[in-house]
Formats: sequence, C-alpha cells, structure tokens
Amino acid sequence: MSDIQTDDAPVTASKLAGAAEQVGIPDPHGDTLLARAVTINKPAQELYDFFRDFANLPSFMENVERIDVLDDRRSRWVVKAPGGRTVEWVAVVTEERAGKYIAWTSEEGADVPNSGTVTFRDAGERGTVVTATILYDPPGGVIGKVIAKMFQREPAIQARRDLNRFKQLMETGEIATPAKNREEFEEMGL
Amino acid sequence: MKALTWHGKHDVRIDNVPDPGIVNPRDAIIKVTSTAICGSDLHLYDHFIPTMQSGDILGHEFMGEVVEVGPKSTLQKGQRVVVPFTISCGSCYHCNKHQYSACPNGLPADNQDIARAAYGHEMSGLFGYSHMTGGYAGGQAEYVRVPFSDVGPIVIPDGVDDDKVLFLSDILPTGWQAAEYAEIEPGDTVAVWGCGPVGLFAVQSAFLMGAERVIAIDHFPRRLELARQFGAEVINFEESKVYEALMEMTGGIGPDAVIDSVGLEAHGLFVDNVIDELKVRTFTGTDRIHAIRQAIIACRKGGRVSMPAVYGGFVDKFPLGAFMEKGLTLKTGQTHVQHYMPALLNAIMEDKIDTTFLISHRMPLDEAPKGYKMFHDHQNETTKIVLKPGMTAAAA
Repeated sequence: MSDIQTDDAPVTASKLAGAAEQVGIPDPHGDTLLARAVTINKPAQELYDFFRDFANLPSFMENVERIDVLDDRRSRWVVKAPGGRTVEWVAVVTEERAGKYIAWTSEEGADVPNSGTVTFRDAGERGTVVTATILYDPPGGVIGKVIAKMFQREPAIQARRDLNRFKQLMETGEIATPAKNREEFEEMGL
Repeated sequence: MKALTWHGKHDVRIDNVPDPGIVNPRDAIIKVTSTAICGSDLHLYDHFIPTMQSGDILGHEFMGEVVEVGPKSTLQKGQRVVVPFTISCGSCYHCNKHQYSACPNGLPADNQDIARAAYGHEMSGLFGYSHMTGGYAGGQAEYVRVPFSDVGPIVIPDGVDDDKVLFLSDILPTGWQAAEYAEIEPGDTVAVWGCGPVGLFAVQSAFLMGAERVIAIDHFPRRLELARQFGAEVINFEESKVYEALMEMTGGIGPDAVIDSVGLEAHGLFVDNVIDELKVRTFTGTDRIHAIRQAIIACRKGGRVSMPAVYGGFVDKFPLGAFMEKGLTLKTGQTHVQHYMPALLNAIMEDKIDTTFLISHRMPLDEAPKGYKMFHDHQNETTKIVLKPGMTAAAA
C-alpha cells in the first residue's frame, strides 16, 4: 500500500502513516493528530467572532480552567490535567482570516506542545461547518494518553464534547445539563 | 421532595431527594399533578436498558403546574402544561425539520459518547430514561426541572381534566406517528402487533387516517377487548395462528401495513423467541424481536412496516431476505412529540380522540412501587396507571 492517500477522504481520517505531516497546519507542533467537525445553525461570522474572543472559550471547554488574553495574538492557556494538576502554554495566532479561519501554535516551553486550525465554512441553510484540527504531543507519551482517557481528559474526547457544547451554546443560548438544581450543577461542572 | 427512584432490577422506591431548581435560562420548574407509568418504564424496571444508576428518578409522561420560570422561559407561573418526553431545543437543523427526537442540543455533551458509539449519532435527551439519554431526572416526582420550557411544554386550557390530555406527553403522539408512518391509504387493512397503550392509540389513529380494517394482535383478552371497542378485528396469538389468520382474513394478500408496538420484550412461546430469550440471558443478544419478524413475514408485497416499538441493541434472525424480496418500506424512530402535540390537543378538545378509556388505575405517588409491580405482573387488567402526587392514600 502506498503512503500517499489517493481518495477524497479528509487527511484526518487517514489510515496511512504520515498523515500528520500532510494536514497543512502552519508552524506545526506535536505529532498526534485529531480533527472534529460539527455543523452549527448560525452564520460563520457570528461563530468566528465568539470563538476569536478567546476569553469566551472556557464557557464551553470543560477542561480549560482559564485563558488570559495577553495581546491581540497571544493568550495563556491553563488546562486541567489528570490527577488534579494543570498544564500551561502560550498560544500564538499564526494566521487568521476574519469569519473563516484561525491557526495557532504554542510558544517554546509549552507543557503540551500543540498547534491547530479552526475553520468556519458556510454550509448554506444548514449554517456553518466548524472544523477543529489539532496536532499535539500527549503528555507522558502513550501511557499518559491512556491515563488521560481513563480520566476523560483525552483530547479527542474533549474536542468532540467541547465542539458539541459550542454548538449547544450558539444554537440555544445555553449548554445542556442534567443537573437538577444550581448546587448539583456546581458539583458537576459543564 | 418525594420521587420514584430506581435502584436495580425490580427495585424502585419512593425516596426523599433535593428539590429541583432553575439551572439554565430557558428552564421551568413544574409541580407534577399527573404522571403515568409507561410500558417502556418496564424495560428499565426489568433492567433491559443500560446506563442506569442507583437513585435515578424515573418517569417521562407527566404534566403539571408551572411554579418557577427561568428568564428565557415563555411560560407563566400557574399555567398548566403537558411536557413532551423528548428534550429538544426547537432551533437546530433537526428541530427545524420537526425531527425533534433527533435534536442533539438536549443531550449533555458528556452523555453523547455512548450513543455515538452504539448508534453512530447522539439523539435527543429524554426525561428519566438512563444516562445514555442524558441522565435527566424524570417526572414521577413532586417537581421536575424542564429544559427548553419555551418550546417543549404545551399549555392546557383551564377546565380540561388532566386525564384527557396527559397522554399527549408520549403515547398518544407515538401511536399517531406509528399510524402516520404506516402511510395508510383508503381501503387499507392495517395489522397492529401489541395492544398496549401505543398499539391501542395506533388502532384509533389508523381508523382516523382512513384504514378500512384494523386487525389487532395480542394475548391479553382485556386489551383485545379495548381494541375491538374501537372497531378492530382481533387475533389472540394463544388461540390462533397469526400468519394463517392474517392471510385468510386478507384474501391471501396480507395486511397493507403492519405496526409493531411490542418491542424488545416480546412475549409468547415461539421458537425464535425462546432462542432470543436464551441469548438475552447469556448476554449474547439484547432484544427479543418475535413481533417484528412475524409482522415482516405477514406484510403484503410492497407494503409498509411501521415500528414505534423500542429496541435498544442488536438482533439476529432479522428476516432481511423477506424484507428485500417483498420490497417493503420500514419507518421507525422515537416520537417527534412536539410536532404532533398541537393538532392532537385540538382533536382531544373536539372530542375526536378519547384517551381516558385506557386508565385502569389512579394512585398516589407514594404507591408507585406497587404500581410498577402491578403493571409488570398483571398486564391484562393493568392497562395504564396514572400517579397523582397530590392525591392522598385515603382518596385513592
């Protein structure tokens, strides 16, 4: 079998080795690739504007404890990790096109080197297809990834849940929770 | 408050639990005045549905009075509402197509993984029906938190008795959708497997949609009698061979449309059913599907199969060959309750549909555990139990 993909499937669905190099993230950091797409019934510009204000992201990203916006392009991310710890990095926006596309990469010294893109593609009456493509180095290699998965902080699971929460927040103005009251909600979190 | 909670197979109890409150802006809190035990609650009672947790509050057929509203709710305190069992946002792609039970926004993101793995997609949230459907507290309680209260609950005019409208929450729309999915044409003969509430409402609905004949199949005489009262001909599968009877009754053609309102716990001593039962007991299969097999075999060539019945997992011996060779069409799915509620409320107000005939027992919430046991053990006499949280034991 060739290492070059010949079909029309997204490279992120590739079974072949080397897909991570073909994904086209500017200034890539990390060797583990994940991608998730979700269709949100809102205009691309509205979704982009909300997402580009990074201070908004913790409202639907469960494991992001805090994002400090440092300047127009740089932001510090404090993210929950297994075992009650946190990991940190500074993300830099490397490219952006208003209403369409954001690319970022982590600065030197990141606890979890990562980079990625978020695209907002107009889908007509269905709204906008939001695709997140992320390259990262899992902390602690394969074992770290298994442990993270046990604690449900595995990035692929988190990315899917976060995008679904983003969709819920933008489409309905709130995020679905089974909590019976505020006290239970505070215990459960997002 | 008091609530009916699940603790394991055949173990449900009345527990004291914390009161619900407003969490999200579109929420409302409903004080429950009537709530029914559903046939599908028995699947939980029998522990056929995975992802249940001890202490879960059951109940997805309920109505009551609005006692608290969030800032984005459009309801007002004091209004009486019937609440659909599906939790749907009203504004996503699926809701815009009135496919309410496919709404992904009512299902908490953390609860979507199981359905994604099992079914390929997440479905809407449901009240009181396992953590795969969201882990929401159900309505067999004194109070319930109702998300998306601006688009789900339907307001009931003053002076209309609970018992007339309660079944708008699930089983009446489910029976109606089942008949609609049978795509009935004038002159059609429709066969309905299972004369539980959904089957009986499907019988009623099929006639309203122009079916010339409806043939109802069950083994509980009381339930067959109710079907007969609506004009159905009946087959008791303990007395008669179903396929042979249907063929002769339809001049060798078979029913034009068949409706399976039995589901994953089919009764009866049939070879395939015994094998299914064995597989369920040995954890090599989950669903007993005798009724849908028989329905497909009996259905006329080019006919329609409608399947409101609940199935949860995997089956084998599905007659795919018969299905293909005869060119059948199958329509199924959880009910898009919100789509049907307004028209069915009108039909009730105009006395075109009566649902009260179904209720065999009314009891206080405190007696719900007894109600589950009765409904489970005595399906002939117990056609429907309605729990009244406001009722005292003395009044029952």
